[in-house]
Amino acid sequence: MAQRNYSLLGPDAQRAVETGLATAEWYHTDIPRKDMKTLMKREDRPAIRDTIILFGAMLGFVAIAIALMPSWWALPFWLAYGVLYGSAMDSRWHECGHGTAFKTGWMNDALYQIASFCMVRNPVVWRWSHARHHTDTIIVGRDPEIVAMRPPALFRIFLNVFGILDAINGWGRMMRNAAGQLDPEEASFIPEREQAKVYRVARIWVAIYAATLCSAIAFQSWVPVLVIGSPRLYGAWHHVMTGVLQHAGLADNVLDHRLNSRTVYMNPISRFIYWNMNYHVEHHMFPMVPYHRLPELHEKIKHDLPVPNGSILAAYREVWPALKRQLRYEDYFLRRSLPASAKPYREDLHTEALGVPAE
Amino acid sequence: MADWVDACAVDDIEEEDLIRFDYGDRTFAIYRSPDDAYFCTDGLCTHENVHLEDGLVMNYVIECPKHNGQFDYRTGEAKRAPVCVNLGTYPVKVEAGRVWIQI
Repeated sequence: MAQRNYSLLGPDAQRAVETGLATAEWYHTDIPRKDMKTLMKREDRPAIRDTIILFGAMLGFVAIAIALMPSWWALPFWLAYGVLYGSAMDSRWHECGHGTAFKTGWMNDALYQIASFCMVRNPVVWRWSHARHHTDTIIVGRDPEIVAMRPPALFRIFLNVFGILDAINGWGRMMRNAAGQLDPEEASFIPEREQAKVYRVARIWVAIYAATLCSAIAFQSWVPVLVIGSPRLYGAWHHVMTGVLQHAGLADNVLDHRLNSRTVYMNPISRFIYWNMNYHVEHHMFPMVPYHRLPELHEKIKHDLPVPNGSILAAYREVWPALKRQLRYEDYFLRRSLPASAKPYREDLHTEALGVPAE
Repeated sequence: MADWVDACAVDDIEEEDLIRFDYGDRTFAIYRSPDDAYFCTDGLCTHENVHLEDGLVMNYVIECPKHNGQFDYRTGEAKRAPVCVNLGTYPVKVEAGRVWIQI
């Protein structure tokens, strides 16, 4: 395969449309409608509980951190606050964007707006971007949310461990949107009637950041900046660590999520921060299932999925060599074996697009 | 002039649920609401042509299984992004335990 072009306006985007990879039908594990209805059922209680814990912990950590300043003992509390701001908000943005976290619509919308602000992701732009990610998951030229490209941009990922590229890009786009301009790639997936909302949100955010900076200057204090904005940098590492595992090293240009997505068993703290998105194959196959039902969904369909990685460390032991190999040979990808109970991979849907699998 | 077509038995659809109904080269979704009324819309989401049959019915809303866009299935009104274009709706009548749609 020729070198991949990830532009949404480039030749691979056109090729995906021509070869039928774009907006295609995907493989789904069979699951009875009755079971699916139970799994999809919405409720408010789990997300209200988790949101109270999240905001309570953020408030607690930041209060202790401020009280301990200027001592170095404040540092771990700032770091803990940062992870909740710069990483837990990533999964809240994600789940509330799907509208599945809460049963009550305004609760989803309210947390979605807050999380979008924390992650510097325009809530309108990214709702459409993520819709495309689900339509065309890891289809080159179609999916705007591919993290580990081929060859893998490892330095870019490393910088994003500290939020550097994503946040700066987000702030840059915010200024551009606030000025009433839209990136041409964004315009390719956001309907015209939605574009005024992009500009309105960006202008509100600019006002919030301006107030933060003004108060920092007025009080001659770093505290406002440590509370708002910069945690997107110093707290980003956890969402990058977990996010890379979602698809890295696996196939691209395929129509079976078992080939391009990864489920990883994780510790309870990471699962709280990540809101169970470690069940990533399950989420992509059935995005209607709320985060708190994903473990149950996993139990019902695991007979048809590759065996999950046992931990974050185990997953990186699989991903890292694959990424290193992709630096030299970008068509390489991991093709994990399926259990005997599983239906075979639907390679017939995308045979032409596959590279050479790992032996 | 649109014809009335016998689509299904009333019991073929569970309360607060839907089924798919194909007729010729067209496809529809038929709903049974929580108050036991029946409705019919186009079967495909207006966003990206995903069939609504695997979606979730919540009161009078159908949520698309792919991107979680929502419609009011009584009027076809698009309620939640990424859907922006309304669904087509069709008259429904129930006679002798059968659901008829005018298409």
